[in-house]
Amino acid sequence: MRTAFNEEILKIAEKDSRVFMVLSDIGYGEIEPFAARFPERYFNCGVAEQNMTGVACGLALEGNMAVTYSIANFPTLRCLEQIRNDVCYHKANVKIVIIGGGMAYGPLGVSHHSTEDIAIMRALPEMIVLAPADRIEARAAVHAMMEHEGPVYYRCGYKKEPDIHKCSIDFRIGRSIEVRSGTDITLIGTGTVTYRVCQAADLLASRGISARVISMHTVKPLDREAVLQAAEETGALVTVEEHNICGGLGSAAAQVLAEAGAGVPLRMVALPDTYIHEVGTHDWLLDRYGFSPRSIADTAGKLIGAGV
Amino acid sequence: MTETSIVSYAEMAVKIRAHCLRMTHRGRSGHVGSMLSMADILAVLYTGILSVDPFNPGWEDRDRFILSKGHGGAAVYAALAERGFFPREWLDTYYLDNGKLSGHISHHVPGVEFSTGSLGHGLPVAVGMAIAARHAGAGHRVICLVSDGDCNEGSTWEAVMMAAQHGLDNLTVIVDYNRVQALGKMEDVIEMEPFAGKLKDFGWAVREINGHDYAEIESNLLELPFEQGRPSWVLARTVKGKGVSWMEGTVACHYGAVSDEQLIQALKELGVEA
Repeated sequence: MRTAFNEEILKIAEKDSRVFMVLSDIGYGEIEPFAARFPERYFNCGVAEQNMTGVACGLALEGNMAVTYSIANFPTLRCLEQIRNDVCYHKANVKIVIIGGGMAYGPLGVSHHSTEDIAIMRALPEMIVLAPADRIEARAAVHAMMEHEGPVYYRCGYKKEPDIHKCSIDFRIGRSIEVRSGTDITLIGTGTVTYRVCQAADLLASRGISARVISMHTVKPLDREAVLQAAEETGALVTVEEHNICGGLGSAAAQVLAEAGAGVPLRMVALPDTYIHEVGTHDWLLDRYGFSPRSIADTAGKLIGAGV
Repeated sequence: MTETSIVSYAEMAVKIRAHCLRMTHRGRSGHVGSMLSMADILAVLYTGILSVDPFNPGWEDRDRFILSKGHGGAAVYAALAERGFFPREWLDTYYLDNGKLSGHISHHVPGVEFSTGSLGHGLPVAVGMAIAARHAGAGHRVICLVSDGDCNEGSTWEAVMMAAQHGLDNLTVIVDYNRVQALGKMEDVIEMEPFAGKLKDFGWAVREINGHDYAEIESNLLELPFEQGRPSWVLARTVKGKGVSWMEGTVACHYGAVSDEQLIQALKELGVEA
């Protein structure tokens, strides 16, 4: 997915001279084409994320679009106050891109697990929060992000994520995508874990359960209508996110349901409120923490009393 | 430098100081010592150095001025009001309910380039603006006024290194070097000396000046950049609380509000009617 991101940003920069890439010494093997093509719009700030964010803000306030880019929590938590005070408060046209959302960097350990980012970013006024599910969404999301005037957080995957879309999509910020239709329950995924949600829906189908699957690529602003429509039409929801159970997609959906008085059964498949210190690949960790298709399907089945 | 400009700088500085004393007295707010220490620098900047237009605050070719020590924002508000960016009456609302002016400097006020308040934020943004100006071939300058406390922040040094790496000679930092921080004197907190030497070693063109000497402030700022291909660093030695005898050099004037009696006495020392 990161390759898709870099290819698209390069295409946009070819057409729009306002695009700057502002890095903190991360991007090896991916960023070189941009650096070679636009050296005057490429700035590696060194390992200095606070300065990276401030510089991006300064560039943006002068009429440019600045993309900060690094892995996991480096361009978000390390410089959170710069994002809040400098970027968001000033509505600066800065795009914050992380590579390796969730536990994509699996065995690298807790420092490289971005598992609280959605909650933290969505709490910031002015911030748009994107988490594309596959490369097709990822490419479309880059264009949507750059067309949006203002701060955007873009949670990118790492590499080799399976595609969930078979055809072209209509990607709009704040408008979710129904990946498959269904009538008995709705599974809402965000980010690259959504392909496992699709596999879970296949398993449910084999058990005679018709599960709708929604890709909630924008966590903020959340597609309220899609959530409420799913609640009304399918009567039960499961949210799936590779993120701490506090404050992410599940919390956002629950808020929508509660405020609307749409009290349908809801389960959140998410990471427990702890640090995942066990060592393993991305897939191993996902299986271990309840994101196997079977586990997601079982959670959904139990929720509607269909057993496992 | 003419006699006339010295007089106008001095008059502006007195006005800034008097406004700050009245504003913090009325708001029962702190940081007046930090305002008074940079009042002379601001007087010269806003009277004789910065290219800004009160009737067109967003003028594209304006010099960009960022106050990184946002807690001293009242002093900039005072200078902006005196330059006509907004009515002087706004100053009377500083720090008050439904007021026009917040305690830390806000870009919602005409003439303010950037909001700060948490230290270490101004210089990275100034670096970004300087890069943008150079990229656009624009002739304006970027000037960032920092406190010595600002220079405790790692982000300031991240920006210091990057500005030197890219030879940003359209960027200037002025340090309000009063050597008094929130909880103590610099030598008891984090000693920065040899301050000028540090910056020279980091690749900046550095000058040390008396931050209360109008002629020295003006003559040095008129010579920017100090060197082609290097960012300029002005280490302006100042006195915290300058102009009010019992505040000068004290830690207490960082947070302490001004009482009714103190206001009368302070204004008297400035030669201003209470």
